[in-house]
Amino acid sequence: MTRDQRYRWLFKPLAFAACLVPLAWAIAGVLVASGVSLPALIPVPALGADPVRRVLGIFGKTALNLLLVTLSITPLRQLSGNAHLLRFRRMLGLFAFFYALLHLAVYLLFQSFSWPEIVRDITRRPYITIGFTALLLLVPLAVTSTNGMMRRLKKRWQTLHRLIYPIAILGVWHYWWQIKRDIRQPLLYASLLALLLGWRLWKHWMDRSRRSSPSDLT
Amino acid sequence: MLIRRPDDIRPSEITPESAFLNRRATLAALFGAGAATALPRAFAAEGATPAAPPAPNLTYTKNARYTVPNDTPNSWAEVTGYNNFYEFGTDKTDPARNAGTLRAKPWSVEIAGEAEVRGKFTFEDIVKPHALEERIYRFRCVEAWSMVIPWVGFPLGDLLKRFKPTSKAKYVEFTTLLDPRQMPGQSLPVLDWPYVEGLRIDEAMHPLTLLVTGVYGRELPNQNGAPLRLMAPWKYGFKNVKSIVKIRFTEQQPRNSWNVAAPNEYGFYANVNPQVDHPRWSQASERRIGGGFFARRQPTLTFNGYAEQVAGLYTGMDLKRYF
Repeated sequence: MTRDQRYRWLFKPLAFAACLVPLAWAIAGVLVASGVSLPALIPVPALGADPVRRVLGIFGKTALNLLLVTLSITPLRQLSGNAHLLRFRRMLGLFAFFYALLHLAVYLLFQSFSWPEIVRDITRRPYITIGFTALLLLVPLAVTSTNGMMRRLKKRWQTLHRLIYPIAILGVWHYWWQIKRDIRQPLLYASLLALLLGWRLWKHWMDRSRRSSPSDLT
Repeated sequence: MLIRRPDDIRPSEITPESAFLNRRATLAALFGAGAATALPRAFAAEGATPAAPPAPNLTYTKNARYTVPNDTPNSWAEVTGYNNFYEFGTDKTDPARNAGTLRAKPWSVEIAGEAEVRGKFTFEDIVKPHALEERIYRFRCVEAWSMVIPWVGFPLGDLLKRFKPTSKAKYVEFTTLLDPRQMPGQSLPVLDWPYVEGLRIDEAMHPLTLLVTGVYGRELPNQNGAPLRLMAPWKYGFKNVKSIVKIRFTEQQPRNSWNVAAPNEYGFYANVNPQVDHPRWSQASERRIGGGFFARRQPTLTFNGYAEQVAGLYTGMDLKRYF
C-alpha cells in the first residue's frame, strides 16, 4: 500500500468510525435505559438517573471536541510537515456539525418540543442564543464543503470558512455560560482554543514581519 | 401549631408500597425484553447503588398525611446516585462515588446565637427525644429537575423549641461541616466554604420543615447529607443544607452560599415558583427524574405543591423581588 492508499483506505475509514463512537455509545445507553437488553459483549454506558441531560452533554461535548480537533489540523500540519493531515479536515468539520445538530435535536426533546418555550430560550437566554448562532453559522460551511463549491467560490471559499474561528469561540462560550460554578472544564476548552487561535495569530504575524523586513532576521 | 391536612390527597390515591417498589419491574413488563436485568446494569456500571432500597434500619412511623398523590417515589438508586453535594464534587454522580470519606459517626451539632440553651450536642442528644416519621415529599432542584422522596425525620420546629429561642431570634442559620479531608470537594474554591443556609424563624418552625436523618427507612447515606440535613419541600433543593454541624439563631438575615456566589440567580427565599424564572432557564416546568429518555416535562407547582400550607408565610410579599 502506498502512503496515499493507506490514508484513503485505512486511516480515513478509521477516523470515520471513531467519529461515530459517541453516537453509538449514546444510542446503546438510551436503549439500555429504555429497557432493551444488549448482548453482554457490548460495553454499556451508564447514562445514570437523567439520561436526556447526559446525552445532551455527550453530543454537545463531542461537537466541541471535533471543532477543536478540526482547528488543530492546520497547526499540526505546519509543525509536522505532513500534508496528508489536511484530508481529515472536511470530515472532522462535518462531524462537528452533525453532532451540533444532534445536540439541538436532543435539546428539543429536553424541552418536550414545547415551541413557545424553545423560542423564548433562543431569543431570551444568552447562552442558548449564542449556541444557536454557532450552529446556524456552521450551516453555510457544511453546505459549501464540497469540492464543487470550493472550486466555484475560489478565493471567497477561504474567507467564508474563516467563520470557523468565531463559531468555535461561540461554542466554548456557550458551554462556559451554562456552568453553575465549577469552570474547570470550560476553562480547559477555552485555553485549548486560545492556543489554537493564538498559534495562527503568531504565525501570521511572524510571516508578515519576515516578509516586510527580511534583513532583520539575519 | 395546627397541622392542616392537605385536601388534595385521598387514601385511595396513595400508592401501595409494593406497587412503587415494583415500578421498575412493572415498567420492564411494559417494555418487554429483559428490562428487569438491563436496568440495574445501567446503574451498576456507574459504580453506585442497586435500584432497590436495602432493608430499613431505622424505627419510624409512616405519616400518611404527607405523601404525593398520583406519583411514586424515585428509586433508591436515583435518590442516592444523583445528587448535588459540591463538597464531594460537582458532577451528580460524584457524591455517591466520593462521600465515603465522610465520618458521620460520631457527630455533634453546635447550637449558638439568640437562644437560652446553647452549646455542643451529640447527634443522639439532638435526635433521641423525637419520634421519627416517614414523609413522602416532592423535591424540586433549582436546575429544573425533580424527584419524589420518602424522607425519615422529625419536625425541625420541635427541636428548635428545645433551645428556647429568644425574641431576637428572627432567623436560623445552618452550617455544613468544613473539613477538606472528609469533604474533598472543599479543596476547590467552587463555593465559599463552609456551605451556609438560612430560614426565617417561622419557616424553620413550620410543620412541613423536617430535620432529616434517613431516607427509605435507612440512615441517610453520606451522599444525601448524613447524618442530619434539612428538608423544606416548598423550596429549591439548595436550601436544604446537608451534614449540619451548627445551628445559630440570628436577628439578621443569614447569608446563604448560593446567594453569595451568584446573587442575581439565587435568592434567600428560593421558594419554588413557576412564575419567576432563573436568569438562564425557565422554572415553569420540570423534568421528573426516572421518567426515561423520552419523558415529557411536567408543570412546576407553586411552592412545589405546598401552597396551601405555606403561602400564608409570604402574604403581602413581592415574590418576584424576594425570589
